[in-house]
Amino acid sequence: MLEHYLSLFVKAVFVENILLAFFLGMCSFLAVSKKVETALGLGVAVTFVMTITTPVNWLINTYVLKEGALAWAGLPAADLSFLGFITFIATIAAMVQLVEMIIDRFSPKLYTALGIFLPLIAVNCAILGAALFMVERDYTLGESTVFGFAAGIGWFLAIVAMAAIRYKMRYSNVPPGLRGLGITMLITGLMSMAFMIFSGIQL
Amino acid sequence: MAAEVTTQSAVTKQQTEKWFSKKNIRVFTEPLVENNPITFQVLGICSSLAVTVQMRTALVMALAVTSVTALSNVAISVLRKMIPAKIRIIVELAVIATLVILVDQILKAYLFNISKQLSVFVGLIITNCIIMGRAEAFALQNKPWPSFLDGMGNGLGYGWILMVVAMVRELLGNGSFFGFRIIPEGWYAAGYENMGLMVLAPGAFILLGLLVWIQRTITKTVHE
Repeated sequence: MLEHYLSLFVKAVFVENILLAFFLGMCSFLAVSKKVETALGLGVAVTFVMTITTPVNWLINTYVLKEGALAWAGLPAADLSFLGFITFIATIAAMVQLVEMIIDRFSPKLYTALGIFLPLIAVNCAILGAALFMVERDYTLGESTVFGFAAGIGWFLAIVAMAAIRYKMRYSNVPPGLRGLGITMLITGLMSMAFMIFSGIQL
Repeated sequence: MAAEVTTQSAVTKQQTEKWFSKKNIRVFTEPLVENNPITFQVLGICSSLAVTVQMRTALVMALAVTSVTALSNVAISVLRKMIPAKIRIIVELAVIATLVILVDQILKAYLFNISKQLSVFVGLIITNCIIMGRAEAFALQNKPWPSFLDGMGNGLGYGWILMVVAMVRELLGNGSFFGFRIIPEGWYAAGYENMGLMVLAPGAFILLGLLVWIQRTITKTVHE
């Protein structure tokens, strides 16, 4: 059982990195990868929120939205799966708000570090993407928790690595038209190629 | 009497602003090239790369995003005086998510295969930054008609980049154009091979990087 979770974890972090293989969360990846510290902060925040929202969305999907999921309420024929998108995004927005308030109450220090990133996260495609993948791949509760966490870690790795490379690149002589978005995309391509090496790994 | 005159003049003033005035056309054409959402504003990259392996999926995605952007801009612009500033993001998300559900249901009903291929990326239109960005930056301050044009312009500006990336990726990676094989069999016999890299993720990143380079060299925009 543990092996299964471990294999899922490795697969989600390296082989199917949510950013480098599925292109999710690119907007904030490009915008916030200029400094290592901020990239670190956003990466932690995304991992945190993803680990919470993916299982929560699993519960909602399994007990409310899925076809026949409302059988416990005496409505075995109900199929609310078309409401999936709006429910997931609402859950994510609500969870982000909740997490923000909890952190603010219990750890003001962490709040000042993560504070500005939390609202950004509600519209990070990686988080909604993790929820949608979870539905599409029919994960169980345990699997979706592991997947949420692993996808977050994968994203975290990618953004921190990118920030480090961009920091180093300040002293490089990049052609004017390529500066900014262009060179960042090219480097992301190379990183994505490097991550493809892991694709043979089977645990 | 005086009040009547002013209302009348207000009416005529409104009428004089034509539907296709210069300003409105400008709102429409600006995002197509010089203020392109992908290459200039760096928004909506997420989905633009994942769906560009084939031109057919890219076209469907472009149309879906254009319609959602245009309609969400109109809806938010109509509601702009009623939305409280504090909860505007939630309201915008609700409007966008509703529209995306409609698009998803339509795709599932009429283009089931393509909807299967697009998989989670239809749902991810909700978090496409272009739509949120336009709602925030334009629709909240402008009337419905210019907002509609702005949404269309941004959707199409996003769409054409998508189509260019998809065209190159499909042509080099698969030797076809809209699913029709156009690289002749003879070439393969002579040793020509499809570029496998183009179909994979790195190909998309590198291609978009090069496209941005070309566009920025032509328009001479330099960033940081």
